[in-house]
Amino acid sequence: MSQTLTTPSAANGNVSAATAKAAAKVASSEEGPQSLTLAKAINTALVDAMHEDEAVIVFGEDVGTLGGVFRITDGLTKSFGDQRCFDTPLAESGIVGMAVGMAMNGMRPVVEMQFDAFAYPAFEQIVSHVAKMHNRTKGAVKLPMVIRIPYAGGIGGVEHHCDSSEAYYAHTAGLKVYAPATVADGYRMLREAIDSDDPVIFLEPKKLYWSKDLVDLQELREQHADNTRAGTSGEGRAAVARAGTDATLIAYGPSVPTALAAAAAAAEEGRSLEVIDVRSIVPFDDETVQASVRKTGRAVVIAEAHGFASVASEIVARVQEGCFHHLAAPIRRVTGFDVPYPAPKLEHYYLPGVDRILDAVDDLQWEDQP
Amino acid sequence: MTISANHEAPDEAPAMPGDGALAESLLKFGISVEDYMLPARHQIQMVTPDGVLVPLGEQGTQPGHEYPLPDDSELLAAYEQLVIGRRVNDQNSALVRQGRMAVYPSSHGQEACQVAAALCIADGDWMFPTYRDSVAIMARGIDPVQVMTLFRGDWHGGYNPHERNVGIQSTPLTTQLLHGVGVAHAAKLRGEKTVVLAMCGDGATSEGDFHEALNFAAVFKLPVIFFVQNNKYAISVPLAQQSAAPSLAHKAVGYGMPGERVDGNDLVALLAVLGRAVKLAREGSGPLLVEAHTYRMQAHTNADDATRYREDSEVAEWQAKDPLTRMKTYLTGKGVLSSEDETRIAGRAEAVAAQLRQGLGEDVTVDPQDLFRHVFSSPTPQLEKQSAMLADELAREEAAQ
Ligand SMILES: Cc1ncc(C[n+]2csc(CCOP(=O)(O)OP(=O)(O)O)c2C)c(N)n1
Ligand SMILES: [Mg+2]
Repeated sequence: MSQTLTTPSAANGNVSAATAKAAAKVASSEEGPQSLTLAKAINTALVDAMHEDEAVIVFGEDVGTLGGVFRITDGLTKSFGDQRCFDTPLAESGIVGMAVGMAMNGMRPVVEMQFDAFAYPAFEQIVSHVAKMHNRTKGAVKLPMVIRIPYAGGIGGVEHHCDSSEAYYAHTAGLKVYAPATVADGYRMLREAIDSDDPVIFLEPKKLYWSKDLVDLQELREQHADNTRAGTSGEGRAAVARAGTDATLIAYGPSVPTALAAAAAAAEEGRSLEVIDVRSIVPFDDETVQASVRKTGRAVVIAEAHGFASVASEIVARVQEGCFHHLAAPIRRVTGFDVPYPAPKLEHYYLPGVDRILDAVDDLQWEDQP
Repeated sequence: MTISANHEAPDEAPAMPGDGALAESLLKFGISVEDYMLPARHQIQMVTPDGVLVPLGEQGTQPGHEYPLPDDSELLAAYEQLVIGRRVNDQNSALVRQGRMAVYPSSHGQEACQVAAALCIADGDWMFPTYRDSVAIMARGIDPVQVMTLFRGDWHGGYNPHERNVGIQSTPLTTQLLHGVGVAHAAKLRGEKTVVLAMCGDGATSEGDFHEALNFAAVFKLPVIFFVQNNKYAISVPLAQQSAAPSLAHKAVGYGMPGERVDGNDLVALLAVLGRAVKLAREGSGPLLVEAHTYRMQAHTNADDATRYREDSEVAEWQAKDPLTRMKTYLTGKGVLSSEDETRIAGRAEAVAAQLRQGLGEDVTVDPQDLFRHVFSSPTPQLEKQSAMLADELAREEAAQ
């Protein structure tokens, strides 16, 4: 670390040169829809956010020179310098605790936990400070920080690399919890998370990192700019990922593509399933979810995490409370079993798959259909 | 040679380090890196418990560990805060007994540390205190009644941390040290010369965040002073059961930062040692650790029974080392403290006590809707619903009366 950062109003040569370089790179990127991975979309969101605001700082383990073990921070140190994207000593509590202090003092840190299960050393900082600082100071201290966590399984990872840890965070009052499932949402939602004055746990489904989609980055950027100007955004809203009429599949993060595959398979059998992508676990969009279930009268909630005391259970409870008289059948859950995340050769038994989802759909008391 | 783990152990005594901010400050002292980082052989003491100035040659200092005597006006101002601090501790303990406060972790006996912590840093600097550091926070200029909000029980924090750059009092041990590191890091990235004083107790040095904070501060070369008040106990557990280190100050060297130990009941020495630490940190030396030897004269909190784990004779021993009487004797003997000063200072202390009695004597009205207001920047739909539910509950309750 040689130079110091400057305030945007008095950019010093070094930083503004790096920023200009990044801007040039952004401008030269292809226009129109292009095939992009989720990883690249998230990376682009980081680049754009860092370019727009010098207070956005990225740090974590191996995020600098290497660009992260999943390459999500690839090129950031090169483009923005080692003051804005840097490696820390190996200490997750240290990373999150330092981010708290930086956020208290004018920065917007975006930190990376290398893997889901390696965020646990930071749990005390997250639960006792990140989540509570705004409340205990009656809003005097805001913590605009993002904790990015590559999460969940399906990649043949060994122990401690595949946890679905969303319930811990969702259960903690004061944290926003986002779980994007699409390439476009990787960009959109990370920009929203970085813009948020509240701390966000950003869960990146690692099995989807290399999934591709056609997205128009320029359009996403313009949307983001428009939303910023208008003070509106899609923050906290669920999306209808596939429209349908017979039953609703509710999923988030890595389970969304599985739910979509199940809906496609069901369509071949003549059943029309609607798929809701929850997107934001906290805040939770009851409105979109319940509108769908009121319409279809049947629902299955799908998540990789263990079902017991889970986000899936919470969704079932909320839908039941809000849609009881519209329900033709009890709401089903298709989740991971209540066992520690299995070894690679066993994970396919554990993960919710298309067949298990379709079995649950079959169980939705279709004989009662008027 | 740089100070890092990157080089092999030298055969001979290491040469002077050639670069780095630490090296620069070392040049001033003309000693090796190790000699600079290791604490002096004895704790730094400048005034004896009897209030007599320790002769310069006998202060137990070594090269690199000599500290200039603070000037008289600084000492007199500090003494005033010392008297106020003691009065605050006693008043708060009384308020707890009267049921005006839920709990109070008193720093009775540790007031010299409290005062020095507040006075050693500048206005733009930051302090990150614990639950025991109320007196330090007040000495930094935060409204005493606001400071007591946490312990009165009407909210978890009563003051705005940005008002005087004081972190919210932290209960989860040593977590606040990392926040101090982050504040210093942000300031450094912007090129600001902000120093952070991050405080914790002796027992807390066993926590993981203590280690992580020291390591981060050292690796990123941040101007953080880690100020450890070693009051000999963590609730009931004596320091010997926390650590096998020769002293807590020795822990610093393992991170590549200097440590020093100081008589924590000697306000003069505290001001000197912390004052120099702040100066060095501001000049770019990187972090430093200061361990102050003091004693918690009262129980951990009012809810604790200290007779279960320590002898009265030990308490009596420390009574004789009281920071107030020591300072008073010294300053009076030196002709710095007159009886008019004494009267004036006692009046100030009494005014603060009266402010506490009045502020905490008033019954606070809490607003139940505050429960929902500050969880996020703006409440989520879920919270709005719950807030309406509580409002409705309360409206029906009121209607029924
Ligand atoms: C992480 C954590 N563990 C346990 C506690 C409960 N606790 C509160 S104070 C305390 C003792 C701390 O002792 P020390 O660090 O020496 O500070 P002192 O109270 O003596 O000032 C303990 C165990 C806590 N607050 N935080
Ligand atoms: Mg202690």
